[in-house]
Amino acid sequence: MIPMPNLDVLAFLVLATFAVLCGLSVILQKHAVASALSLIGVMGSLAVLYLMLGAEFLAAVQMIVYAGAIMVLFVFVIMLLNAGSEKRGPIHYFPYLVGIPALLAFLGIIGWFIFNELPQTAVVKFGAFTQGGPAPIGRLLFTQYLLPFEVTSLLVLIAIIGAMVLAKKEID
Amino acid sequence: MDFFLVSLIKIVVVFGAFMTTLAYLQWVERKVLAHIQLRLGPQRVGPHGLLQPLADVIKLATKEGVIPANVNTFFYILAPFLAVSLALISIAVIPFGPAIELFGVRTNLELTSLNISVLFVLAVSSVGVYGIALGGWASNNKYSLMGGLRSSAQMISYELPMAIALATPLLVLNTLDLRQIAERQGGGWFWNWTAFSYPPLLFVAFFVFLVSAFAETNRVPFDLPEAENELVAGFHTEYSSLAFAGFFMAEYANMLTITCVATTIFLGGWHPPFPAPYSNFVPTALFWFFGAVLLYHGLAQPFRRWDRFTFPIFGVLSFGLGAVFLAAATVLPIIGQILLPVFWFVAKVGVLLFLFIWVRGTLPRFRYDQLMRFAWTFLFPVALGCLLLTGLGVALFG
Repeated sequence: MIPMPNLDVLAFLVLATFAVLCGLSVILQKHAVASALSLIGVMGSLAVLYLMLGAEFLAAVQMIVYAGAIMVLFVFVIMLLNAGSEKRGPIHYFPYLVGIPALLAFLGIIGWFIFNELPQTAVVKFGAFTQGGPAPIGRLLFTQYLLPFEVTSLLVLIAIIGAMVLAKKEID
Repeated sequence: MDFFLVSLIKIVVVFGAFMTTLAYLQWVERKVLAHIQLRLGPQRVGPHGLLQPLADVIKLATKEGVIPANVNTFFYILAPFLAVSLALISIAVIPFGPAIELFGVRTNLELTSLNISVLFVLAVSSVGVYGIALGGWASNNKYSLMGGLRSSAQMISYELPMAIALATPLLVLNTLDLRQIAERQGGGWFWNWTAFSYPPLLFVAFFVFLVSAFAETNRVPFDLPEAENELVAGFHTEYSSLAFAGFFMAEYANMLTITCVATTIFLGGWHPPFPAPYSNFVPTALFWFFGAVLLYHGLAQPFRRWDRFTFPIFGVLSFGLGAVFLAAATVLPIIGQILLPVFWFVAKVGVLLFLFIWVRGTLPRFRYDQLMRFAWTFLFPVALGCLLLTGLGVALFG
């Protein structure tokens, strides 16, 4: 009898690796469309990770809103502008001078948090969380988080109208 | 072990039925269109062209697949794969019938049970646009690019009214599980179906959903992404052989999935339109009537030479099917529990598919600006109004 490997952990590792690889591919790809598609890969694997953690509503919304609506718009705009491949420009030293210390500082902060916070956290059990369905999230959105929810929707509306006003000015 | 075995059997059956339907849907479409236009349609391969799908598959599979010189090869090959796999995936959550018990094993007549299956279908359909958009862009052809762009814009626009029209019955049914949705519409007459509750609000929602479904599946009158006389077939101009077949199959698979969803959510799923003891004999009556018509035309009035042989054979087959359904309804409840719900489900899906083909044979294509204006200034407000009024109705009487 072969001992059954823990499939949850296996699936998590595969998806996490895929997400990180896609994330790297977003910044390393030379072509804008390829970068956008890699971003969709990141979002897709994140959605499945949410699903494994029991947040099925969040997973579905991640796919519908991010991968299905926002990224379609991104891809649409990239295709419409017919953006070509990136060209290699002259080498600048300024990004290296600022970027490498900033990266080191960022890694330091992340490392500090991991070493300080990790001992206090509990191990995640897949399937232990059951409050991720549409009903509990809907209840929270319409009771505890009603004000931020409505304010956000107003903000989005303002942004849409602002975009229209700006575009109109350009056309006129 | 039972779970794996049962799942495997269900996958084989559903996949086989799905693929056969896809192949023959195309035959049915050509035949119906031909008769609408007073032609005969496919007639050469097999009796009444019945083997035409097989010939088409062989033709497409054995053709040389040409990859044009200036395409972006990776995305050019990826696009049809994306289109096909995303089009085939949704059928996994569609319930075809109630829970059944066969040889001591209890199982649902569907592949997977999800408690958010409506959202799953929406998510898959919203990602489905990438196949077409990428195919058009990677082809490196201006007509293909126009087709891909049109398709993305059209699918983003029509997804909104479709999702809102889909949310309206959910207010009444109070669940996101397609199986529960179908179960809650059962028990009696057709006015228990969602499309007929809170009249006429949900019927309007059903109408909006159907119109958006035409646009989402790129069907006439909304087939702008592949408009032949403007774009030389649009996004799949540069595709040949099996890659072209992939896009072709994806279109029909999308059509089939969306009619299945419409049937499940709006038309009561597998439930017959009137109560059980009488509705059980409808399939038998239909098949026998069909068989009688075939026998009459074959034996008494053969129009063509081979009709004398083919019509009676299919007539007798139809009588046999009627007898099977009669047995299922009366003495063999084990078969009846599968056959009768599946019959009603297939019948409703078939009617909707016929509607798709009928509309294709009837309406001319929209102009692109008309298409967009229709979505944003008519369908979207109507769907939103429906949603709000139904919400009010549910709050007051629900």
